[in-house]
Amino acid sequence: MNISISLASKKTRHAVLKPSSNPPIIFTPGEKIRDQTGFMRGHGTYVSAGSLKATVAGVEQNINKLVTVSPLRCRYNGEIGDVVIARVTELVHKRWKVDINARLDAVLLLTSIQLPGGELRRRGMEDEQSMRSYLSEGDLISAEVHSVFADGSLSLHMRSLKYGKLGQGVLVKVQSNLIKRSKNHFHNLSAGVSVILGNNGYIWIEPTNDNKDPVGFEVDLQQVVDIGDRQTISRVRNVVLALSYYKMLIYDTSIQYALEESNKYTVSDLLTAEACYDIANLTRHRLQAMGE
Amino acid sequence: MDLLSRQGLRTDGRRSGELRRIRCKMGVFNQPDGSAYLEQGNTKVVAAIYGPHEIRTNRAKAPNDSAVINCQYSMATFSRSERKRRPRDNKSAELTLHLKQAMATAIKTDLYPKSQIDIFVQVLQSDGGNYSVCVNAATLALIDAGIAMEEFVISCTSSLANGETPLVDISHLEETMGGPSLTVAILPISGKIAMLETSQRIHINHLEPVLTEAVRGCRYIYENLNKIIKKHYEEIGGALNWGTEEYNI
Repeated sequence: MNISISLASKKTRHAVLKPSSNPPIIFTPGEKIRDQTGFMRGHGTYVSAGSLKATVAGVEQNINKLVTVSPLRCRYNGEIGDVVIARVTELVHKRWKVDINARLDAVLLLTSIQLPGGELRRRGMEDEQSMRSYLSEGDLISAEVHSVFADGSLSLHMRSLKYGKLGQGVLVKVQSNLIKRSKNHFHNLSAGVSVILGNNGYIWIEPTNDNKDPVGFEVDLQQVVDIGDRQTISRVRNVVLALSYYKMLIYDTSIQYALEESNKYTVSDLLTAEACYDIANLTRHRLQAMGE
Repeated sequence: MDLLSRQGLRTDGRRSGELRRIRCKMGVFNQPDGSAYLEQGNTKVVAAIYGPHEIRTNRAKAPNDSAVINCQYSMATFSRSERKRRPRDNKSAELTLHLKQAMATAIKTDLYPKSQIDIFVQVLQSDGGNYSVCVNAATLALIDAGIAMEEFVISCTSSLANGETPLVDISHLEETMGGPSLTVAILPISGKIAMLETSQRIHINHLEPVLTEAVRGCRYIYENLNKIIKKHYEEIGGALNWGTEEYNI
């Protein structure tokens, strides 16, 4: 068995990160942004002693008179229409509480899921009592953000065939702002696996399955996924983690490029710092070449 | 042995007003929302922040309009020359409370109603001023987690040598051999005091010079950490597009 030990200094990130020749001014908590005359206080700022100060470390942004400072890293802030991967934490009256990596747990109402029997089905007492048979604690689902409540918590819905309970696969957690917002967050990669890129930073990787249960509350955990698919899933997982370590945006093209660059390594070698660095670097170059 | 030689040097070769070397790293762990590693001389500390997240424990007691701050201070069993039996004891329970008090003054908890923020700090190597270094590391980790704060919370220690000269940022030796040691945590921009503690009785005439020296130490640490944070953000910010929504590669 090979054991590889590398120095912490070998794991530095700067080399791959996009070089910024003239970085913008960075404010840290408590620093004065400007004097409060004629400006509106946005997120990440507060007023003290007549001047506008930052509450988080980040760069100032202006929209007309509104001044905001956004941190580079924070919990997921949901927006309507986002695709999220969620884990059920609790069942309460007519709803599920789900963890979505946000400040507060989201709710999934019994009325916002699709039950067998079509659109016009009435939800009665029996449905309420058998909620646990649809989704129980610990189950993973894919869903969409339906609305945002006043206290910042989210309400989800699963009223589409795209969404449903997740069966066999791998969950990868990354920073939520690394997921690039795009039209489609469901991708079938050419390697025979599908990924769901949740806007909340949860990424689901599963073997591509064409004949899925349309209602989506039945998952087959007995079926054996063949070794090839499992290896590909692990490869995608390792590649995604490499991209996230080097703070690269995660979307279909970047995953595809990184997968292509990763072919020269075995799946387990992808966990080493050198391989991660190499893949992130090559992917960065390819993306830059594409952009120009 | 004197804490201050006739040439004005301390046991580790510093002058009375000099601080120890500061080294730090932000974002050292992947699992927490924010993390930092901080060294001040031979005192080494890691801090990790989880949250703000849904309150998992004691939900009934939680306030409805602000966040709950949950702290844990611990010392690794190998952190001192004599092996500790347990990482957490009565002493660390007290420091946990002090840490919570100091951090709560700066965190804008009203922005995170019904949420919980967990602050975990651990001393990896102990050489005096453990509490101060923990406060500083926790501040860095909170900034890394993007949690809103009014300003930094910075802490520093100070003591008195030969009954007259204030010593800033004291080491373990000076803590155990010297006179009264004073720990202060301040909000460096407004100058508010978040926490103040002395190890023993201190003469009223000595309090002011010792406190002034500790506050000066805090200001120095603040300037250093501020520089380090900005450098860190300049390094990783470009890749994240400075946290803005317009993603363009």
